[in-house]
Amino acid sequence: MGWNWETAQELWPLLMEGLRILLLVTLISSLIALALGLVVALTDRSAPRAVTMPLFAVMEFIRNTPVLVQAVFVWTAVTMWLGTAASPMWTGAIVLGVHYASYTAEAYRAGIDGIPKGQWEAITALSLPKPRAWIAVLLPQALRRSTPALGNYVIALFKEVPILSAIGVTEMVRQVDGYAGLNYTGALEGFTIAGLIFLVVSYPVALLMRKLEKRLAN
Amino acid sequence: MDFLGNVTAALPAYWTPLWVTIGATVGGSLFALLVAFALGLMAGSRFLLLRGVARTVIEFFRGTSLVVQLFWFVVVLPLALQIRFDAVIVIAILALGMNYGAYAAEVVRGAIAAVPPGQLEACTALSFTYWQKMRLVVIPQAWPEMIPPLSTLAILLLKGSSLVSLVSLADLTFQAQVLGRRPDQEMLFHLGLILVVYFILSYLIATGMRFLERRAKRGLGQEPPKKSALARPVPVEVQSAAAAAVER
Amino acid sequence: MVHFENVVKRFGDLEVLQGLNFQVQPGERVTLIGPSGSGKTTILRLIMTLEQVTDGVIWVEGEPLSHMRKGERLVAANEAHQRQVRKKIGMVFQQFNLFPNMRVLRNITEAPVHVLGQSKEQAHTRAKELLELVGLSDKADAYPSQLSGGQQQRVAIARSLAMSPDILLLDEVTSALDPELVADVLDLLKDIAQSTDITMLIVTHEMGFARDVSDRVMMFDRGVIVEDGPPSQVMGDPEHERTRSFLKAVLGESQG
Repeated sequence: MGWNWETAQELWPLLMEGLRILLLVTLISSLIALALGLVVALTDRSAPRAVTMPLFAVMEFIRNTPVLVQAVFVWTAVTMWLGTAASPMWTGAIVLGVHYASYTAEAYRAGIDGIPKGQWEAITALSLPKPRAWIAVLLPQALRRSTPALGNYVIALFKEVPILSAIGVTEMVRQVDGYAGLNYTGALEGFTIAGLIFLVVSYPVALLMRKLEKRLAN
Repeated sequence: MDFLGNVTAALPAYWTPLWVTIGATVGGSLFALLVAFALGLMAGSRFLLLRGVARTVIEFFRGTSLVVQLFWFVVVLPLALQIRFDAVIVIAILALGMNYGAYAAEVVRGAIAAVPPGQLEACTALSFTYWQKMRLVVIPQAWPEMIPPLSTLAILLLKGSSLVSLVSLADLTFQAQVLGRRPDQEMLFHLGLILVVYFILSYLIATGMRFLERRAKRGLGQEPPKKSALARPVPVEVQSAAAAAVER
Repeated sequence: MVHFENVVKRFGDLEVLQGLNFQVQPGERVTLIGPSGSGKTTILRLIMTLEQVTDGVIWVEGEPLSHMRKGERLVAANEAHQRQVRKKIGMVFQQFNLFPNMRVLRNITEAPVHVLGQSKEQAHTRAKELLELVGLSDKADAYPSQLSGGQQQRVAIARSLAMSPDILLLDEVTSALDPELVADVLDLLKDIAQSTDITMLIVTHEMGFARDVSDRVMMFDRGVIVEDGPPSQVMGDPEHERTRSFLKAVLGESQG
């Protein structure tokens, strides 16, 4: 059972279909993670403790438990509620997005905390209204600082999409697994190529983020 | 259907899977630490060849997905070793260790690079060899700085260990799905239960690492930090990139 | 003892030392003075092998430091050779560079045990003596971060002496200290200068100290020796305009 180019060729369209779904899920999840994380970070700054304490607890719980179990849990719950099988892709994308929101919220928070004290003082001195101060002064600076961390979380999220194969999202790993199960071959080729595809997509983005991080550090 | 009776009867079945999860996490973490120091020291070496090898391995394991690596190891290791390989736990530990070890290598390299140059000069002035310098001075100082990001990584590794269920290793995650079977109340209970167990394990790791950090800081005569056990996650990739920037 | 032979040191385009020649005799105390950027600290760092020469040869006790003998020829020194030669050399840094992960006593015993192969007891006894010498016997179990700057520097001096160096390099050892702590450290160094015959190369801005301790003062400017002689002459009656203006600036500063 060595390497077989014909098998690899047969697998290629399946891998491409898997990649398409992979990228789609990454996109949906990232948007959720980036938006929800910001909402959480801002809520954490402005809301009363009665809101922030439970929010903190929920985020802690989400961050410290496996996304795989979360996905199966939510899928089961939604399926019971609907009375019919929930969409694996949408359920998976939302769970992954919320999971990573618990990380991006921290990245946003760090960005906001990193804004020099003088900026807040200047806002006070200029009597800028709060919404204006956030939109014009604080968020642009915070986002700049948070960008590399956020970017790295998106890469990490991308690499964790295959976890959703557990609830039937037909990304690359699921495709290869399905093929290998039917044909008793192709696992070596499929997983190797899938790994390389991950590397080819994620490495340039990772490099970009490192460059950005260095530029911000100087 | 006696819900309470069923789930109570099922509880003892978690005993072995709990130890599989703990075993994969502890084994994976120890192997990851080994990998991290080997690759981290190589990546900080003066020699281009060592640096090149380390960088390649690090980027490779960071760039490809852990799930893929896990499946790949399961397929390839028996092929490469020309044996029927049934000990999936060993494969799990290898895959977890290599993947998170690659991330941790950046932590090790970054923390070592952040040791002030004056310390290295003092070592030269005292005629230490490379290993004496590392063992007696550099690593003891870099170690406390490594612990918080390593703690984040250890919790990621615990969560990552749930993936071994995908290659049919009967850990907690696997067991919950076996016991649940159908999407009903019982399944939801099992999944909810192990989520809580994972959370407790995370908390234990964080507490343990906080203890290590306090001890390490005391070893430097510094005031230990007073924070809650589950502190903010340290973004591992960013942390290492920042250290690289400082190093320049 | 120490012999610089046409030593050139460049950092990129910047030529810090331009073909430097001088000798230091055994037991001699030489102070290097001059404006910042004149290359004084670079000379100490070259002797300690913290920097490598661009050109020329440095000799220590008749052995080439920057190079090693290969038959008749001299080739660039490797790490092993440098490690061998620099065991005879100790250095005290401006920023102390104590190891924060070790208590005071272990800072002092670490190198004697691991480099010179002394037994723990032997190194321990010697370290206690040295701590008494520097007046910090009660601080043996403290961490460096629990000491004042002056105390840290005294420990650093003890640490370098524990290696029984033939040559001691002092690189602006009081520059990082609060003014009221400077005197203690300088007094200690004067004691050591009087009670031992260690060869010393000193970079300092403390002119009074330089005058008291040194046998010889070398005035540097832009990588060359402007003036070289006993302190009474170089500092008391300088021949060169540049030395005069430098001394005036430094003394004016320390009074103001």
